[in-house]
Amino acid sequence: MFNTNEILETINMIEKEHLDIRTVTMGISLLSCVGGTAETTAQNVYDIICKRAEKIVKVADELSLEYGIPIVNKRISVTPASLICAPFPQKSTLIGKALDRAAKTVGVDFLGGYSALVHKGMTSYEKTFIESIPETLAYTDKICSSVNVGSSKSGINMDAVALMGQIIKSTAEATKERNGFGCAKLVVFCNAVEDNPFMAGAFHGVGEGETVINVGVSGPGVVQHAIEGIPDSDLSDLAETIKRTAFKITRAGQLIAREAARRLKAEFGIVDLSLAPTPARGDSVAAILEEMGLERVGTHGTTACLAMLNDAVKKGGVMASSRVGGLSGAFIPVSEDIGMIEAAERGSLCIDKLEAMTAVCSVGLDMIAVPGETSASTISAIIADEAAIGMINNKTTAVRIIPAFGKNVGEEVNFGGLLGRAPIMPVHGESAVKFIKRGGLIPAPIHSNKN
Amino acid sequence: MRAVLTVVGKDKNGIIAKVSTFLAERQVNILDISQTILDEYFAMLMLVDLKKSTVKLARLAEECSELGKNIGMSIHVQHEEIFNAMHSV
Repeated sequence: MFNTNEILETINMIEKEHLDIRTVTMGISLLSCVGGTAETTAQNVYDIICKRAEKIVKVADELSLEYGIPIVNKRISVTPASLICAPFPQKSTLIGKALDRAAKTVGVDFLGGYSALVHKGMTSYEKTFIESIPETLAYTDKICSSVNVGSSKSGINMDAVALMGQIIKSTAEATKERNGFGCAKLVVFCNAVEDNPFMAGAFHGVGEGETVINVGVSGPGVVQHAIEGIPDSDLSDLAETIKRTAFKITRAGQLIAREAARRLKAEFGIVDLSLAPTPARGDSVAAILEEMGLERVGTHGTTACLAMLNDAVKKGGVMASSRVGGLSGAFIPVSEDIGMIEAAERGSLCIDKLEAMTAVCSVGLDMIAVPGETSASTISAIIADEAAIGMINNKTTAVRIIPAFGKNVGEEVNFGGLLGRAPIMPVHGESAVKFIKRGGLIPAPIHSNKN
Repeated sequence: MRAVLTVVGKDKNGIIAKVSTFLAERQVNILDISQTILDEYFAMLMLVDLKKSTVKLARLAEECSELGKNIGMSIHVQHEEIFNAMHSV
Protein backbone atom coordinates (compact mmCIF):
# COMPACT_ATOMS: atom_id res chain seq x y z
CA MET A 1 0.00 0.00 0.00
CA PHE A 2 1.04 3.54 -0.48
CA ASN A 3 2.25 6.01 2.04
CA THR A 4 -0.86 7.93 3.15
CA ASN A 5 1.03 11.18 3.58
CA GLU A 6 2.46 11.01 0.08
CA ILE A 7 -0.93 10.45 -1.45
CA LEU A 8 -2.53 13.27 0.50
CA GLU A 9 0.43 15.51 -0.34
CA THR A 10 -0.17 14.93 -4.06
CA ILE A 11 -3.89 15.62 -3.71
CA ASN A 12 -3.17 18.80 -1.78
CA MET A 13 -0.70 19.95 -4.43
CA ILE A 14 -3.36 19.56 -7.10
CA GLU A 15 -6.38 20.79 -5.14
CA LYS A 16 -4.93 23.65 -3.15
CA GLU A 17 -1.56 24.58 -4.61
CA HIS A 18 -2.43 24.73 -8.32
CA LEU A 19 -0.15 21.90 -9.43
CA ASP A 20 -0.92 21.27 -13.05
CA ILE A 21 0.48 20.23 -16.36
CA ARG A 22 0.56 23.65 -17.98
CA THR A 23 0.75 22.38 -21.51
CA VAL A 24 0.92 19.33 -23.70
CA THR A 25 2.42 20.64 -26.92
CA MET A 26 2.66 18.63 -30.12
CA GLY A 27 5.54 19.64 -32.35
CA ILE A 28 4.81 18.97 -36.02
CA SER A 29 7.27 19.23 -38.89
CA LEU A 30 5.77 21.04 -41.86
CA LEU A 31 8.77 20.85 -44.16
CA SER A 32 7.07 18.25 -46.36
CA CYS A 33 4.11 20.58 -46.97
CA VAL A 34 5.71 23.04 -49.34
CA GLY A 35 3.91 22.82 -52.68
CA GLY A 36 4.01 24.63 -56.01
CA THR A 37 1.75 27.45 -54.90
CA ALA A 38 0.87 29.16 -51.66
CA GLU A 39 -2.67 27.80 -51.95
CA THR A 40 -1.58 24.13 -52.20
CA THR A 41 0.91 24.67 -49.40
CA ALA A 42 -1.81 26.15 -47.19
CA GLN A 43 -4.03 23.14 -47.88
CA ASN A 44 -1.17 20.70 -47.14
CA VAL A 45 -0.40 22.52 -43.90
CA TYR A 46 -4.04 22.36 -42.82
CA ASP A 47 -4.35 18.67 -43.71
CA ILE A 48 -1.20 17.51 -41.98
CA ILE A 49 -1.96 19.35 -38.74
CA CYS A 50 -5.55 18.09 -38.63
CA LYS A 51 -4.34 14.55 -39.23
CA ARG A 52 -1.51 14.41 -36.72
CA ALA A 53 -3.11 16.46 -33.97
CA GLU A 54 -6.61 15.09 -34.44
CA LYS A 55 -6.66 13.39 -31.04
CA ILE A 56 -4.49 15.71 -28.95
CA VAL A 57 -7.37 17.31 -27.06
CA LYS A 58 -9.18 14.02 -26.47
CA VAL A 59 -6.03 12.26 -25.24
CA ALA A 60 -5.03 15.15 -22.97
CA ASP A 61 -8.52 15.25 -21.44
CA GLU A 62 -8.47 11.50 -20.84
CA LEU A 63 -5.04 11.64 -19.21
CA SER A 64 -6.16 14.50 -17.04
CA LEU A 65 -9.05 12.40 -15.72
CA GLU A 66 -7.10 9.17 -15.33
CA TYR A 67 -4.18 10.68 -13.46
CA GLY A 68 -6.25 13.27 -11.65
CA ILE A 69 -4.04 16.17 -12.67
CA PRO A 70 -5.33 19.13 -14.68
CA ILE A 71 -3.84 19.66 -18.14
CA VAL A 72 -4.47 23.34 -18.72
CA ASN A 73 -3.46 23.85 -22.34
CA LYS A 74 -3.26 21.75 -25.45
CA ARG A 75 -1.03 23.32 -28.07
CA ILE A 76 0.78 22.78 -31.32
CA SER A 77 4.16 24.04 -32.45
CA VAL A 78 5.23 23.90 -36.06
CA THR A 79 8.32 24.37 -38.20
CA PRO A 80 9.18 28.08 -38.44
CA ALA A 81 6.65 29.25 -41.01
CA SER A 82 9.14 31.55 -42.74
CA LEU A 83 10.70 28.37 -44.21
CA ILE A 84 7.35 27.08 -45.47
CA CYS A 85 6.52 30.48 -46.96
CA ALA A 86 9.94 30.94 -48.58
CA PRO A 87 8.81 30.45 -52.21
CA PHE A 88 5.88 32.90 -51.83
CA PRO A 89 6.67 35.23 -48.90
CA GLN A 90 4.12 37.84 -50.00
CA LYS A 91 1.43 35.24 -49.27
CA SER A 92 2.65 34.41 -45.76
CA THR A 93 -0.60 35.53 -44.15
CA LEU A 94 -2.46 32.95 -46.23
CA ILE A 95 -0.38 30.22 -44.58
CA GLY A 96 -0.93 31.91 -41.20
CA LYS A 97 -4.68 31.73 -41.72
CA ALA A 98 -4.46 28.04 -42.69
CA LEU A 99 -2.54 27.38 -39.46
CA ASP A 100 -5.23 29.22 -37.53
CA ARG A 101 -8.01 27.21 -39.16
CA ALA A 102 -6.19 23.96 -38.38
CA ALA A 103 -5.71 24.99 -34.74
CA LYS A 104 -9.43 25.71 -34.47
CA THR A 105 -10.42 22.44 -36.15
CA VAL A 106 -8.39 20.29 -33.74
CA GLY A 107 -9.42 22.48 -30.79
CA VAL A 108 -6.04 23.50 -29.38
CA ASP A 109 -5.55 26.68 -27.36
CA PHE A 110 -2.65 28.09 -29.35
CA LEU A 111 -0.43 27.23 -32.28
CA GLY A 112 3.13 28.54 -32.25
CA GLY A 113 5.66 28.74 -35.03
CA TYR A 114 4.72 31.72 -37.16
CA SER A 115 8.41 32.29 -36.73
CA ALA A 116 11.65 33.28 -38.40
CA LEU A 117 15.23 32.61 -37.36
CA VAL A 118 17.35 35.55 -38.47
CA HIS A 119 20.03 35.66 -35.80
CA LYS A 120 22.89 36.00 -38.25
CA GLY A 121 21.38 37.23 -41.45
CA MET A 122 17.99 37.93 -42.95
CA THR A 123 17.02 36.80 -46.45
CA SER A 124 14.62 38.88 -48.49
CA TYR A 125 11.89 36.26 -48.06
CA GLU A 126 12.37 36.31 -44.28
CA LYS A 127 12.10 40.09 -44.23
CA THR A 128 8.84 39.94 -46.19
CA PHE A 129 7.62 37.20 -43.86
CA ILE A 130 8.43 39.23 -40.73
CA GLU A 131 6.61 42.21 -42.25
CA SER A 132 3.49 40.03 -42.50
CA ILE A 133 3.42 39.34 -38.73
CA PRO A 134 1.22 42.30 -37.66
CA GLU A 135 -1.42 41.48 -40.28
CA THR A 136 -1.34 37.75 -39.49
CA LEU A 137 -1.69 38.32 -35.76
CA ALA A 138 -4.53 40.74 -36.36
CA TYR A 139 -6.48 38.35 -38.60
CA THR A 140 -5.97 35.14 -36.64
CA ASP A 141 -6.88 34.07 -33.11
CA LYS A 142 -4.69 31.12 -32.21
CA ILE A 143 -1.41 31.92 -33.90
CA CYS A 144 1.72 32.82 -31.93
CA SER A 145 4.77 34.29 -33.54
CA SER A 146 8.44 34.53 -32.64
CA VAL A 147 11.62 35.85 -34.21
CA ASN A 148 15.12 34.88 -33.14
CA VAL A 149 17.42 37.88 -33.57
CA GLY A 150 20.59 36.74 -31.85
CA SER A 151 22.60 33.84 -30.52
CA SER A 152 25.74 33.28 -28.48
CA LYS A 153 27.28 31.61 -31.51
CA SER A 154 26.48 34.21 -34.13
CA GLY A 155 26.01 37.53 -32.35
CA ILE A 156 23.04 39.89 -32.59
CA ASN A 157 21.50 40.84 -35.92
CA MET A 158 20.84 44.52 -35.24
CA ASP A 159 19.02 45.00 -38.56
CA ALA A 160 16.50 42.43 -37.35
CA VAL A 161 16.38 44.10 -33.93
CA ALA A 162 15.59 47.44 -35.59
CA LEU A 163 12.89 45.82 -37.73
CA MET A 164 11.28 44.10 -34.74
CA GLY A 165 10.86 47.42 -32.91
CA GLN A 166 8.72 48.57 -35.84
CA ILE A 167 6.89 45.23 -36.12
CA ILE A 168 5.91 45.36 -32.45
CA LYS A 169 4.58 48.91 -32.91
CA SER A 170 2.63 47.89 -36.01
CA THR A 171 1.22 44.82 -34.24
CA ALA A 172 0.06 46.99 -31.33
CA GLU A 173 -1.67 49.30 -33.77
CA ALA A 174 -3.17 46.48 -35.85
CA THR A 175 -4.71 44.94 -32.72
CA LYS A 176 -5.47 48.13 -30.80
CA GLU A 177 -9.16 47.23 -30.41
CA ARG A 178 -8.02 44.23 -28.40
CA ASN A 179 -5.55 46.15 -26.20
CA GLY A 180 -2.63 45.25 -28.45
CA PHE A 181 -3.37 41.57 -27.94
CA GLY A 182 -1.22 40.71 -30.97
CA CYS A 183 1.88 41.78 -29.04
CA ALA A 184 1.06 39.22 -26.32
CA LYS A 185 1.46 36.59 -29.03
CA LEU A 186 4.79 37.87 -30.37
CA VAL A 187 8.19 37.11 -28.85
CA VAL A 188 11.64 38.31 -29.88
CA PHE A 189 14.33 35.84 -28.84
CA CYS A 190 18.03 35.50 -28.42
CA ASN A 191 19.15 31.85 -28.27
CA ALA A 192 15.63 30.55 -28.99
CA VAL A 193 15.19 26.87 -28.12
CA GLU A 194 13.75 24.43 -30.63
CA ASP A 195 11.70 22.30 -28.25
CA ASN A 196 9.97 24.90 -26.09
CA PRO A 197 6.37 23.86 -25.31
CA PHE A 198 5.36 27.25 -23.86
CA MET A 199 3.70 30.09 -25.75
CA ALA A 200 4.11 32.47 -27.31
CA GLY A 201 7.63 31.31 -28.15
CA ALA A 202 7.05 27.69 -29.15
CA PHE A 203 8.16 26.47 -32.56
CA HIS A 204 9.25 23.09 -33.86
CA GLY A 205 12.94 23.30 -34.74
CA VAL A 206 14.26 21.89 -37.99
CA GLY A 207 16.48 19.53 -36.01
CA GLU A 208 13.43 17.93 -34.39
CA GLY A 209 11.59 14.75 -35.37
CA GLU A 210 8.39 14.47 -37.37
CA THR A 211 5.83 14.57 -34.53
CA VAL A 212 6.99 15.17 -30.99
CA ILE A 213 5.24 15.63 -27.65
CA ASN A 214 6.76 18.20 -25.32
CA VAL A 215 5.23 18.86 -21.95
CA GLY A 216 5.48 21.93 -19.74
CA VAL A 217 4.82 21.47 -16.04
CA SER A 218 4.16 24.17 -13.57
CA GLY A 219 3.66 24.69 -9.88
CA PRO A 220 4.78 27.96 -8.31
CA GLY A 221 2.12 27.42 -5.61
CA VAL A 222 3.61 24.05 -4.68
CA VAL A 223 7.08 25.58 -4.26
CA GLN A 224 5.66 28.49 -2.28
CA HIS A 225 3.82 26.12 0.03
CA ALA A 226 6.94 23.99 0.55
CA ILE A 227 8.91 27.09 1.57
CA GLU A 228 6.14 28.23 3.91
CA GLY A 229 6.65 24.97 5.77
CA ILE A 230 10.24 25.89 6.72
CA PRO A 231 10.06 29.58 7.71
CA ASP A 232 13.31 29.66 9.68
CA SER A 233 15.61 27.48 7.60
CA ASP A 234 18.77 28.83 6.00
CA LEU A 235 19.16 29.22 2.25
CA SER A 236 20.94 25.89 1.71
CA ASP A 237 17.97 24.05 3.22
CA LEU A 238 15.62 26.23 1.23
CA ALA A 239 17.42 25.31 -2.01
CA GLU A 240 17.22 21.64 -1.06
CA THR A 241 13.47 21.88 -0.44
CA ILE A 242 12.89 23.63 -3.77
CA LYS A 243 14.93 20.95 -5.51
CA ARG A 244 12.87 18.15 -3.99
CA THR A 245 9.64 19.88 -4.92
CA ALA A 246 10.80 20.45 -8.50
CA PHE A 247 11.66 16.76 -8.68
CA LYS A 248 8.12 15.72 -7.83
CA ILE A 249 6.53 18.19 -10.22
CA THR A 250 8.78 17.12 -13.07
CA ARG A 251 8.07 13.45 -12.45
CA ALA A 252 4.37 14.09 -12.89
CA GLY A 253 5.16 15.90 -16.15
CA GLN A 254 7.32 13.11 -17.46
CA LEU A 255 4.66 10.52 -16.76
CA ILE A 256 2.06 12.50 -18.69
CA ALA A 257 4.50 13.26 -21.52
CA ARG A 258 5.43 9.61 -22.06
CA GLU A 259 1.83 8.46 -21.93
CA ALA A 260 0.60 11.24 -24.21
CA ALA A 261 3.33 10.45 -26.73
CA ARG A 262 2.44 6.76 -26.68
CA ARG A 263 -1.27 7.35 -27.19
CA LEU A 264 -0.72 9.95 -29.89
CA LYS A 265 1.85 7.77 -31.68
CA ALA A 266 4.43 10.53 -31.43
CA GLU A 267 7.94 10.74 -30.10
CA PHE A 268 8.41 11.84 -26.48
CA GLY A 269 10.46 15.03 -26.71
CA ILE A 270 11.18 16.82 -23.49
CA VAL A 271 9.74 17.95 -20.19
CA ASP A 272 10.07 21.67 -19.57
CA LEU A 273 10.02 22.12 -15.81
CA SER A 274 9.30 25.79 -15.72
CA LEU A 275 7.58 27.54 -12.87
CA ALA A 276 4.96 29.33 -14.93
CA PRO A 277 2.67 31.58 -12.91
CA THR A 278 -0.95 32.46 -13.60
CA PRO A 279 -2.83 35.53 -12.38
CA ALA A 280 -4.56 33.36 -9.74
CA ARG A 281 -3.54 34.03 -6.16
CA GLY A 282 -1.36 31.20 -4.89
CA ASP A 283 0.14 30.56 -8.33
CA SER A 284 2.81 33.23 -8.34
CA VAL A 285 6.60 33.22 -8.76
CA ALA A 286 6.73 36.65 -7.09
CA ALA A 287 5.09 35.11 -4.01
CA ILE A 288 7.89 32.53 -3.82
CA LEU A 289 10.50 35.28 -3.84
CA GLU A 290 8.57 37.17 -1.17
CA GLU A 291 8.23 34.00 0.89
CA MET A 292 12.03 33.74 0.81
CA GLY A 293 12.16 36.98 2.76
CA LEU A 294 11.60 39.96 0.48
CA GLU A 295 8.99 42.51 1.51
CA ARG A 296 8.05 42.93 -2.13
CA VAL A 297 9.44 41.56 -5.35
CA GLY A 298 11.66 44.07 -7.14
CA THR A 299 13.49 45.24 -4.05
CA HIS A 300 17.20 44.65 -3.45
CA GLY A 301 17.85 40.94 -3.08
CA THR A 302 15.32 39.94 -5.74
CA THR A 303 17.95 38.92 -8.29
CA ALA A 304 19.76 36.71 -5.75
CA CYS A 305 16.54 34.99 -4.66
CA LEU A 306 15.52 34.39 -8.26
CA ALA A 307 18.96 33.02 -9.16
CA MET A 308 18.73 30.48 -6.36
CA LEU A 309 15.16 29.53 -7.22
CA ASN A 310 15.95 29.06 -10.90
CA ASP A 311 18.99 26.91 -10.22
CA ALA A 312 17.27 24.74 -7.61
CA VAL A 313 14.33 24.15 -9.97
CA LYS A 314 16.71 23.03 -12.73
CA LYS A 315 18.63 20.70 -10.43
CA GLY A 316 15.49 18.99 -9.14
CA GLY A 317 14.13 18.68 -12.65
CA VAL A 318 17.28 17.27 -14.18
CA MET A 319 17.34 14.59 -11.49
CA ALA A 320 13.73 13.70 -12.26
CA SER A 321 13.87 13.38 -16.02
CA SER A 322 16.54 12.37 -18.48
CA ARG A 323 14.91 14.53 -21.13
CA VAL A 324 14.73 18.01 -19.74
CA GLY A 325 14.53 20.75 -22.33
CA GLY A 326 12.75 23.88 -23.39
CA LEU A 327 13.36 26.82 -21.10
CA SER A 328 13.21 25.04 -17.73
CA GLY A 329 13.40 27.59 -14.96
CA ALA A 330 11.33 30.34 -13.40
CA PHE A 331 9.16 32.58 -15.59
CA ILE A 332 8.58 36.19 -14.66
CA PRO A 333 5.80 37.45 -16.94
CA VAL A 334 4.50 40.60 -15.32
CA SER A 335 0.85 40.46 -16.39
CA GLU A 336 0.49 36.76 -15.63
CA ASP A 337 1.64 36.89 -12.00
CA ILE A 338 -0.45 38.61 -9.34
CA GLY A 339 2.64 39.37 -7.22
CA MET A 340 4.43 40.97 -10.18
CA ILE A 341 1.32 42.96 -11.11
CA GLU A 342 1.01 44.38 -7.59
CA ALA A 343 4.72 45.16 -7.35
CA ALA A 344 4.61 46.96 -10.70
CA GLU A 345 1.53 48.93 -9.63
CA ARG A 346 3.27 50.09 -6.46
CA GLY A 347 6.43 50.97 -8.35
CA SER A 348 8.69 48.52 -6.51
CA LEU A 349 9.26 46.59 -9.72
CA CYS A 350 10.66 48.50 -12.71
CA ILE A 351 11.87 47.42 -16.14
CA ASP A 352 15.52 47.91 -15.17
CA LYS A 353 15.17 45.48 -12.26
CA LEU A 354 13.30 43.01 -14.45
CA GLU A 355 16.16 43.21 -16.93
CA ALA A 356 18.63 42.27 -14.18
CA MET A 357 16.35 39.40 -13.14
CA THR A 358 16.35 38.03 -16.68
CA ALA A 359 20.10 37.51 -16.43
CA VAL A 360 19.53 34.77 -13.86
CA CYS A 361 16.20 33.18 -14.80
CA SER A 362 14.97 31.25 -17.75
CA VAL A 363 13.34 33.88 -19.93
CA GLY A 364 13.28 37.60 -20.45
CA LEU A 365 11.19 40.74 -20.30
CA ASP A 366 7.84 39.06 -20.55
CA MET A 367 4.33 40.49 -20.83
CA ILE A 368 5.32 44.03 -20.02
CA ALA A 369 3.10 46.91 -21.04
CA VAL A 370 4.76 50.23 -21.86
CA PRO A 371 3.25 53.59 -22.86
CA GLY A 372 1.70 53.58 -26.32
CA GLU A 373 3.91 56.43 -27.48
CA THR A 374 7.12 54.46 -26.81
CA SER A 375 9.12 54.71 -30.03
CA ALA A 376 10.11 51.77 -32.22
CA SER A 377 13.78 52.57 -31.62
CA THR A 378 13.32 52.45 -27.83
CA ILE A 379 11.63 49.05 -28.16
CA SER A 380 14.49 47.90 -30.39
CA ALA A 381 16.97 49.12 -27.78
CA ILE A 382 15.14 47.15 -25.07
CA ILE A 383 15.35 44.08 -27.33
CA ALA A 384 19.06 44.71 -27.91
CA ASP A 385 19.73 44.89 -24.16
CA GLU A 386 17.92 41.61 -23.55
CA ALA A 387 19.60 39.89 -26.49
CA ALA A 388 22.98 41.04 -25.16
CA ILE A 389 22.27 39.43 -21.78
CA GLY A 390 21.32 36.19 -23.52
CA MET A 391 24.24 36.24 -25.93
CA ILE A 392 26.91 36.87 -23.29
CA ASN A 393 25.44 34.47 -20.71
CA ASN A 394 24.72 31.61 -23.14
CA LYS A 395 21.04 31.55 -22.22
CA THR A 396 17.69 32.20 -23.81
CA THR A 397 16.32 35.69 -23.37
CA ALA A 398 13.20 37.13 -24.87
CA VAL A 399 11.14 40.27 -25.11
CA ARG A 400 7.35 40.20 -25.17
CA ILE A 401 6.34 43.81 -24.79
CA ILE A 402 3.03 45.56 -25.39
CA PRO A 403 3.01 49.23 -26.34
CA ALA A 404 -0.46 50.08 -24.97
CA PHE A 405 -2.05 52.14 -27.71
CA GLY A 406 -3.25 55.51 -26.42
CA LYS A 407 -2.38 54.70 -22.81
CA ASN A 408 0.21 55.90 -20.35
CA VAL A 409 1.86 55.10 -17.01
CA GLY A 410 -0.78 54.74 -14.28
CA GLU A 411 -3.19 52.90 -16.59
CA GLU A 412 -3.28 49.20 -17.37
CA VAL A 413 -4.18 46.81 -20.15
CA ASN A 414 -6.32 43.81 -19.37
CA PHE A 415 -6.16 40.69 -21.54
CA GLY A 416 -8.15 38.44 -19.22
CA GLY A 417 -7.65 34.73 -18.69
CA LEU A 418 -4.15 33.35 -18.29
CA LEU A 419 -2.61 36.45 -19.89
CA GLY A 420 -3.84 38.62 -17.02
CA ARG A 421 -3.49 42.39 -16.77
CA ALA A 422 -0.42 44.57 -17.13
CA PRO A 423 0.12 47.91 -15.41
CA ILE A 424 1.88 50.25 -17.83
CA MET A 425 5.50 50.59 -16.79
CA PRO A 426 7.67 53.62 -17.52
CA VAL A 427 10.58 53.43 -19.96
CA HIS A 428 13.58 55.75 -20.15
CA GLY A 429 12.81 58.86 -22.18
CA GLU A 430 16.29 59.37 -23.63
CA SER A 431 16.71 58.32 -27.25
CA ALA A 432 18.64 55.35 -28.67
CA VAL A 433 17.77 56.26 -32.27
CA LYS A 434 21.35 56.67 -33.46
CA PHE A 435 22.44 53.34 -31.97
CA ILE A 436 19.57 51.44 -33.57
CA LYS A 437 20.05 53.20 -36.95
CA ARG A 438 23.62 51.92 -37.20
CA GLY A 439 22.39 48.38 -37.96
CA GLY A 440 24.83 45.58 -38.73
CA LEU A 441 25.81 42.73 -36.45
CA ILE A 442 27.01 42.82 -32.86
CA PRO A 443 29.76 40.20 -33.15
CA ALA A 444 29.56 36.97 -31.17
CA PRO A 445 31.46 37.01 -27.89
CA ILE A 446 34.94 35.54 -27.66
CA HIS A 447 33.76 32.58 -25.59
CA SER A 448 31.59 31.40 -28.48
CA ASN A 449 34.72 30.31 -30.36
CA LYS A 450 34.93 26.84 -28.93
CA ASN A 451 35.72 24.81 -32.07
CA MET B 1 -4.71 -1.62 -14.06
CA ARG B 2 -4.64 -0.31 -10.51
CA ALA B 3 -5.74 3.03 -9.21
CA VAL B 4 -5.80 4.87 -5.91
CA LEU B 5 -9.13 6.13 -4.64
CA THR B 6 -9.13 8.81 -1.98
CA VAL B 7 -12.09 10.12 -0.02
CA VAL B 8 -11.58 13.24 2.03
CA GLY B 9 -14.15 15.26 3.95
CA LYS B 10 -16.00 15.73 7.22
CA ASP B 11 -16.53 12.42 9.02
CA LYS B 12 -20.04 10.95 8.91
CA ASN B 13 -21.80 7.57 8.94
CA GLY B 14 -21.73 5.15 6.06
CA ILE B 15 -19.00 6.58 3.85
CA ILE B 16 -17.18 3.28 3.35
CA ALA B 17 -20.47 1.48 2.74
CA LYS B 18 -21.52 3.94 0.02
CA VAL B 19 -18.16 3.94 -1.73
CA SER B 20 -17.66 0.18 -1.63
CA THR B 21 -21.18 -0.50 -2.90
CA PHE B 22 -20.57 1.98 -5.70
CA LEU B 23 -17.34 0.16 -6.63
CA ALA B 24 -18.93 -3.31 -6.39
CA GLU B 25 -21.66 -2.24 -8.83
CA ARG B 26 -18.92 -1.51 -11.36
CA GLN B 27 -16.90 -4.68 -10.72
CA VAL B 28 -14.03 -2.68 -9.29
CA ASN B 29 -12.09 -4.81 -6.82
CA ILE B 30 -10.75 -3.32 -3.59
CA LEU B 31 -7.22 -4.60 -2.94
CA ASP B 32 -6.33 -2.60 0.13
CA ILE B 33 -7.98 -0.01 2.30
CA SER B 34 -6.87 2.33 5.05
CA GLN B 35 -8.54 5.18 6.81
CA THR B 36 -7.59 7.84 9.23
CA ILE B 37 -9.10 10.87 10.94
CA LEU B 38 -7.06 14.07 10.61
CA ASP B 39 -8.57 16.81 12.83
CA GLU B 40 -12.22 15.91 12.31
CA TYR B 41 -11.48 15.21 8.66
CA PHE B 42 -11.98 11.74 7.36
CA ALA B 43 -9.39 10.48 4.89
CA MET B 44 -9.81 7.08 3.30
CA LEU B 45 -7.46 5.55 0.80
CA MET B 46 -8.20 2.51 -1.32
CA LEU B 47 -6.06 0.64 -3.77
CA VAL B 48 -8.41 -0.71 -6.42
CA ASP B 49 -8.08 -3.04 -9.39
CA LEU B 50 -9.90 -2.19 -12.60
CA LYS B 51 -9.15 -5.41 -14.45
CA LYS B 52 -12.81 -6.46 -14.57
CA SER B 53 -14.26 -2.99 -14.24
CA THR B 54 -17.31 -2.27 -16.36
CA VAL B 55 -16.17 1.34 -16.85
CA LYS B 56 -12.87 2.84 -17.96
CA LEU B 57 -10.69 4.74 -15.50
CA ALA B 58 -11.50 8.18 -16.93
CA ARG B 59 -15.24 7.47 -16.66
CA LEU B 60 -14.84 6.03 -13.15
CA ALA B 61 -13.02 9.21 -12.09
CA GLU B 62 -15.93 11.32 -13.35
CA GLU B 63 -18.52 9.11 -11.67
CA CYS B 64 -16.61 9.12 -8.37
CA SER B 65 -16.37 12.88 -8.46
CA GLU B 66 -20.15 12.96 -8.96
CA LEU B 67 -20.70 10.52 -6.09
CA GLY B 68 -18.48 12.71 -3.92
CA LYS B 69 -20.67 15.71 -4.64
CA ASN B 70 -23.79 13.72 -3.71
CA ILE B 71 -22.45 12.58 -0.35
CA GLY B 72 -20.58 15.79 0.46
CA MET B 73 -17.07 14.36 0.24
CA SER B 74 -14.18 14.93 -2.13
CA ILE B 75 -13.48 11.70 -4.02
CA HIS B 76 -10.60 11.19 -6.44
CA VAL B 77 -9.53 8.16 -8.42
CA GLN B 78 -6.11 8.35 -9.96
CA HIS B 79 -3.88 5.92 -11.82
CA GLU B 80 -1.41 4.55 -9.26
CA GLU B 81 1.54 5.55 -11.45
CA ILE B 82 1.19 9.25 -10.61
CA PHE B 83 2.11 8.51 -6.98
CA ASN B 84 4.93 6.14 -7.90
CA ALA B 85 6.36 8.73 -10.27
CA MET B 86 6.22 11.64 -7.85
CA HIS B 87 7.35 9.96 -4.66
CA SER B 88 9.95 7.39 -5.59
CA VAL B 89 13.40 8.00 -7.06
